[in-house]
Amino acid sequence: MQISQETLLRSYRAMRTIRVFEERLHREFATGEIPGFVHLYCGEEASAVGVCANLTEQDTIASTHRGHGHCIAKGVDVGGMMAEIYGRKSGVCRGKGGSMHIADLSKGMLGANGIVGGGPPLICGAALSHKVLKDNGVAVAFYGDGASNEGTTLESLNLATVWQLPAVFVVEDNGYGEATGASYACAGNQKDRAAGFGMPYMECNGSDFFAVHDAARDAIDHARSGKGPVMLHVHLERWYGHFEGDSMSYRASNEVADAKKNRDCLESFRKRVEQDKLLELSALDEIDAAVADEVESAVQAAKQAPWPEEADLLADVYVKI
Amino acid sequence: MSKKSFRQAINEALRQEMRRDPTVVLMGEDVAGGQGGSSGVKDAWGGVLGVTKGLLTEFGESRVLDTPISEASYIGAAAGAAATGLRPVAELMFVDFVGCCLDQIMNQAAKFRYMFGGKARTPLVIRAMYGAGFNAAAQHSQALYPLFTHIPGLKVVVPSSPYEAKGLLIEAIRDDDPVIFLENKVMYDDEEEVPDEAYTIPFGEANLTREGNDVTIVAIGRMVGMANEAADRLAKQGISCTVLDPRTTFPLDEQTILECVEDTGRLVIVDESSPRCNMACDISALVAEQAFGALKAPIRRVVPPHTPVPFSTPLEKLYMPNADKIELRSNPS
Ligand SMILES: Cc1ncc(C[n+]2csc(CCOP(=O)(O)OP(=O)(O)O)c2C)c(N)n1
Ligand SMILES: [Mg+2]
Repeated sequence: MQISQETLLRSYRAMRTIRVFEERLHREFATGEIPGFVHLYCGEEASAVGVCANLTEQDTIASTHRGHGHCIAKGVDVGGMMAEIYGRKSGVCRGKGGSMHIADLSKGMLGANGIVGGGPPLICGAALSHKVLKDNGVAVAFYGDGASNEGTTLESLNLATVWQLPAVFVVEDNGYGEATGASYACAGNQKDRAAGFGMPYMECNGSDFFAVHDAARDAIDHARSGKGPVMLHVHLERWYGHFEGDSMSYRASNEVADAKKNRDCLESFRKRVEQDKLLELSALDEIDAAVADEVESAVQAAKQAPWPEEADLLADVYVKI
Repeated sequence: MSKKSFRQAINEALRQEMRRDPTVVLMGEDVAGGQGGSSGVKDAWGGVLGVTKGLLTEFGESRVLDTPISEASYIGAAAGAAATGLRPVAELMFVDFVGCCLDQIMNQAAKFRYMFGGKARTPLVIRAMYGAGFNAAAQHSQALYPLFTHIPGLKVVVPSSPYEAKGLLIEAIRDDDPVIFLENKVMYDDEEEVPDEAYTIPFGEANLTREGNDVTIVAIGRMVGMANEAADRLAKQGISCTVLDPRTTFPLDEQTILECVEDTGRLVIVDESSPRCNMACDISALVAEQAFGALKAPIRRVVPPHTPVPFSTPLEKLYMPNADKIELRSNPS
């Protein structure tokens, strides 16, 4: 099925926004101005965007510690995200959460997560809500190859199947959990794990937006039509350290350079739309310029935004005491 | 004797005990790092903040085990191995991750000996980082020692300096009960003189970092340094403080706490864990019950508010106890 021009433009913009946002954070982090832990999603953009292109605002996603890309792909405000990462009151979480906890339930974004394997159980719950409320929604858990070894994840695969939930489990397999390779840490393979739970399995090349988009469409259609959960295994590579400050001595020196040169999802997108005459490249150039401006103003605004105040410390622990 | 960081002191304690006792094994996520990596570099991290660096090289993969991200299984494995002949030191990285494996600690390791009628020994150490001050936000900043202290069967250690860390960790490894050993992540670069040879510091014996006449300040872990700073300032105002570091929250040196309160008549407790049911409450109850007559003034607690740890720098500063707050609360006037 042909992807509409509108979807293509929106998706390219989201991927470019993630790239520019993350690369800017990489530079800003080096100045020491950004507090806390920051995990960058560069190189993996096509996964979040290819999946979320098939979702509506009422569908739900849960993300990970590497969450900026999922947030942007699900439509969370870029200015509010940047302000959050700088710890400002204008942040999407009012400076309470920071990079690892960006969430916006109004956008169906159930949160980045500081706990590996925190998302899949929550997504069973979100899928249950969609099912019971009959709103036709789907819930999608993004989680890493490392997180695929958490008991919470494996239990969720089982629960979602037992309850026949409209859930999609997206394993973002970048080959590493921190400094440990998936080839060491993951016994068996994701495909057999899905099979073990009687769950349909799909896989795709995560540096190709079109591949992710089409696989995700099938997975999400399956879940939405009431046939139960699906696992979507996305193969991808991360371009920066596990977190900012990681020298990546565990990776071969050419690994990232090779990925950047040969498996850049933005480059392959541009080639594909040019080849198949799907879009004018000039439209993409315009997007690039607009995104550069958007991220620049997000950073400037964040740096100038007011800090939270003393009263904010005690606010919002409970709805009501 | 030489100057060593908190990080080096812990590394040295682990190294010396692993040399001494071949049943001591290390496990955790990236305690070495690099397994399955494309560069082939081994010991790529040596722990997320480099605390276990170099141990793989000396002791090999059979004794320094990188784990999948599966806390419930490897913490439980450490408990099971402890009950069957090994002396494992399992690293949980951030203590907040105990949410993923509490059953294996609370319902398994802690209870073996009692449930099995005294027929089990579980010489297990679980190391983990705790504490706020790093902008690590709500899921990476908690000070959960009261949670463990609440569970019968566990011993809980919160070292306040590099010297303390080395002696207490060696004691923890040699101890035959399950021990939770909590390291404040902000303190890894703190330095002081630490003996080169192995030594132990017994559990349940408080350390008085200074002795005075007017106020007793009980402080835990990183709070000890802040309490000493506050006591320095108070000394200049003519107020002399005892600063008491309990070292272990279980066993707790009740005797020394009570004696100090008898001597000074005033008690301030500094505890960076959430304020409800924390050590400050526990120690307050002890003193109210057993030294009420000695108190010249109400007990005061310097604790954070009952909120998760906020991310933003100014909020986190407001949240944390510090020397200013301790000074203010410890001044009798
Ligand atoms: C329960 C828990 N254990 C460990 C960690 C520390 N940690 C943070 S990210 C990470 C690696 C996760 O790997 P993966 O799921 O593959 O995601 P990636 O970082 O590759 O995106 C680890 C071990 C954590 N945050 N939570
Ligand atoms: Mg990974």
